[in-house]
Amino acid sequence: MTIHLSILVFAPLAFAFAGTLLPGRLAGYLGLAGSLVALGLSVAMLLDFNQSADGLQYVTDDKWISALGIRWSLGVDGLNLWLIGLTTLVFAASSLWIVLRPVERPGQFAFLMGLAETAVLGAFTAQDLLLFVLFFDLMLVPFLFLMFGWGGPERRSATIKMIIYTLVGSLLMLAAAVATGVLAAQQTDGGLTFALSDLSKVSLGAGTQRLLFAAFALAFLIKMPAFLVHGWMPDAYRQMPLPALAAFSAVLSKVAAYGFLRVALPLFPDAAVDFQTILMILSVVGIIYGSAMAFTATNLRLILGYSSLAQLSFITLGIFSLTDQGVQGALIQAVNHGLVVAPLFFVVLLAAERAGGAEDVRELGGLAFAGPVLASLTLVLALATLAIPGSANFVGEFFILFGAFKAKLVLSVIAFTGVAMASVYMLRAYIRTFHNRVGPAVVAGRDMTLRDGLILVPLVIVIVAFALYPQAALRDGEQAVRGKTPLLAKIDATRGAPRAVASTKAAP
Amino acid sequence: MTPKAPYIDWAALSPFVALAAGAIVTLMVGLFRSRVVRTWVVPGLTVVSFGAAIGLSVWQWGTDTAVVSGALAIDDLSLGLTILFCAGGIVATLLALGSAATEDAGHGEFHSLLLSSVMGMVVLAGAQDLISLFLGFELLSIPLYVLCASELRRATSLESGLKYLIVGSVGSATLVYGLAFIYGATGTTSFGAIARSLDATGTSSDVLLLTGVALTLTGLAFKASVAPFHQWTPDVYEGAPTAVTGFMAVATKAAAFGVILRLFDVALLPAAATWAPIMSVLAVITIIVGNVGALGQSSLKRMLAYSSVAQAGYMLAGVVVTTSLGVAATAFYLAVYLLMNLAAFSVIAARERETGLGDDLSSLNGLGASRPALAWTMSIAMLALAGFPATAGFFGKVYLIDAAVNNGYGWLSVAIVLGSAMSLAYYLRVVAAVWVRDEPRPAALTPGGQPVMAGASADGPPVARASHPFAVFTGVLCAAATIFFGIFPQPLFDVAQDAGRALASLL
Repeated sequence: MTIHLSILVFAPLAFAFAGTLLPGRLAGYLGLAGSLVALGLSVAMLLDFNQSADGLQYVTDDKWISALGIRWSLGVDGLNLWLIGLTTLVFAASSLWIVLRPVERPGQFAFLMGLAETAVLGAFTAQDLLLFVLFFDLMLVPFLFLMFGWGGPERRSATIKMIIYTLVGSLLMLAAAVATGVLAAQQTDGGLTFALSDLSKVSLGAGTQRLLFAAFALAFLIKMPAFLVHGWMPDAYRQMPLPALAAFSAVLSKVAAYGFLRVALPLFPDAAVDFQTILMILSVVGIIYGSAMAFTATNLRLILGYSSLAQLSFITLGIFSLTDQGVQGALIQAVNHGLVVAPLFFVVLLAAERAGGAEDVRELGGLAFAGPVLASLTLVLALATLAIPGSANFVGEFFILFGAFKAKLVLSVIAFTGVAMASVYMLRAYIRTFHNRVGPAVVAGRDMTLRDGLILVPLVIVIVAFALYPQAALRDGEQAVRGKTPLLAKIDATRGAPRAVASTKAAP
Repeated sequence: MTPKAPYIDWAALSPFVALAAGAIVTLMVGLFRSRVVRTWVVPGLTVVSFGAAIGLSVWQWGTDTAVVSGALAIDDLSLGLTILFCAGGIVATLLALGSAATEDAGHGEFHSLLLSSVMGMVVLAGAQDLISLFLGFELLSIPLYVLCASELRRATSLESGLKYLIVGSVGSATLVYGLAFIYGATGTTSFGAIARSLDATGTSSDVLLLTGVALTLTGLAFKASVAPFHQWTPDVYEGAPTAVTGFMAVATKAAAFGVILRLFDVALLPAAATWAPIMSVLAVITIIVGNVGALGQSSLKRMLAYSSVAQAGYMLAGVVVTTSLGVAATAFYLAVYLLMNLAAFSVIAARERETGLGDDLSSLNGLGASRPALAWTMSIAMLALAGFPATAGFFGKVYLIDAAVNNGYGWLSVAIVLGSAMSLAYYLRVVAAVWVRDEPRPAALTPGGQPVMAGASADGPPVARASHPFAVFTGVLCAAATIFFGIFPQPLFDVAQDAGRALASLL
């Protein structure tokens, strides 16, 4: 089966743009149609994907800007297949959300969401370094306007803070990306190219690699956000409109994690080994910090934000264990976290609606009395977040810790505490929202409606299905991680190289 | 035997001739008493002669010749820049339609001066001789001094013109002094001969020459508003009529960079080792000064003035690298810069008339709700200036970074991106003013974006009275082109590469 990735990438934008020409509510429906087309294509791709094939599938490779050697090059393999599925699912849910609960100026909102989906899908499928950077930066634009146009009362400063934070990283990454292409071209005496497959064959000098890797890592860590560079996150999470925030939290941070796997590790393997310890320590600190903050925060959005920080730190830990298991676990966990966090933000909305807009756990409570169905569905989400055995998150975290265990024993032991802390903060948030006494702000005690179920139930079903059968994603990812074009072989080789040199020196 | 008349390559000179003819004709037609003729025919003729110059430049594309006994190069670089100047001139004419500036200064005079200034720019961009360089420089500047002061009834406009006159004269004096030193050191005024003389005698460490280079660089830095010679820029930009400011921001900048490219990357190329370090330091200083200066500005024109200083810093990087890639990158950036800036100035011009708030940032408040076309135009212009992807500004930055890294100036590319990051702080303030309608309204925060009452923006700006269709039109057009070249930049890259190849002395 041939699936044109260009159609997948541009369908959301095209439909949403057409929607801006239509009046009012219709625009939202057209945006939904676009995201459903993308969802359909990605499901078809999931079913059609050849698990045993090497390398990229559904490749699109055309000339785009020959002056800069940038190619319109898209492809799918085990690394991004499931993340694409996640993206289309989450954006379809968000689009449905804005259809069911109309926002002000729905046409523009739907257009921006379509642009965001296109940018994210472009970043996930891009196989050209500059194309990746372009889409990575483009992802920010729709959220800039979404926050300015529909955000909370302090959106101005929150937005500017978020944009400056992330663009400092992104722009440095842009310079590093151009430098990577230029230096590689100078080394091989070939023409300027940014194709990832060509660039990964060139090995740059160790010092250069370290500088370039640092620029990329900074961009990805800010985007996640990781500990130390998360300063923009609390404000942005508080001010962003919820349908956008669900997609933002579920998907955009994954692009950063994916960037490590697609770009930073294959292109700068030596530097990845050099930075391994630092990044693993950063991840472990991030796990503990995120969990502690999620435990003390009272705003539901912030609890989810800090829990995301902790989860993303888990993913980074898995990636920088530089082991097959760690990377596989990171991939699964990236999908898991996205699947869980998007519906949780919808629950935040539903809870706030029952409490006059309050999103603070101190003002909430007792929602389960009137809303048993909502409470049960949320419980599934909460249990999945805290990685209860049997959930897909358990599998993901298990793999990550297994990988980390092989790489750095001590760090992995500390990281284990994060698993326990996750249950503390998730259950606290759940109990204080749904159980306990009826909170002071809770006014309308009622269960969720059928329309709300349209959004929440399918997502919960997917989570449960994924929990029952995580092998689907594991197998698809296997080839990319372990197959004949192994991501880590090159890193293993470089890690082995100094040892080999040392041994030959010692021999005589 | 009759004496043979000198051969004149009229075809190569044709863009210049079109402008000169336009300058004379508009001045004459402006004397008619009929109001319709003065307010509509004169601008129409101006646009026609700019258009003719553009058409003739396109027709001449690919020629590589020197006219006027080698004093003026007609090649893809000068032709490309001519197109930019004329495009800037057309937009300025459209923005000035019905403005106080044309009314006060007289329609014929205003447009004739505009055309003369572009003539000077054409000479400057093609100058291959110290004499023609200075001629072009003065022909460009003197009409601009008058144009800045053309809103006779507004004190700030007069102040702007006077300031520009004084500072510009200092710049000109410095420049001509420097040119004299270069002539003294090399014994010739032709760029090619200067380069050969420097190559042959190795006078690149000659004190006479170094003084000349330093003074020349200073003089040109005044015109290109390179820090620390930029101080006039915000004052002049703020005071001048918006149409003139927009024109100065794009066309003068392009002309100054055209001559900097040709003088430094052709005539003084053998001495690159002496001036490249100075210029790269100047580039970094300019980036910092421009971006820091723009941070606290509430006047949009002042903000854009500082932003133009910063952009000059980015473009200097393309000069410093002394490769044809650098020239192409600078030319590309100049074209992109023209689109982005004119889009912004069109919105400012439109809002000035509609709100009566002048060019203050608050004149943009609530634009997103009341005037979506202007709002998107302004947002696109700001994001493009900041270098966001899917706008042409992104590729402009990528191309400059590419050129810088390619010749070992990686640190300069870091300065460019850090400068861009800093610039976000003030560009985003503008975008925020456009879209964040008013100060915090608690009602706006209904969870999940529940519908907020539509009529709540009562304290927004008054409804547009005297709308300015041409400003809106040019703004939308420039913004659309910015997006178009952000997605399909290849045609622009082709033109820039042709221009880059024009300077044969470079790799």
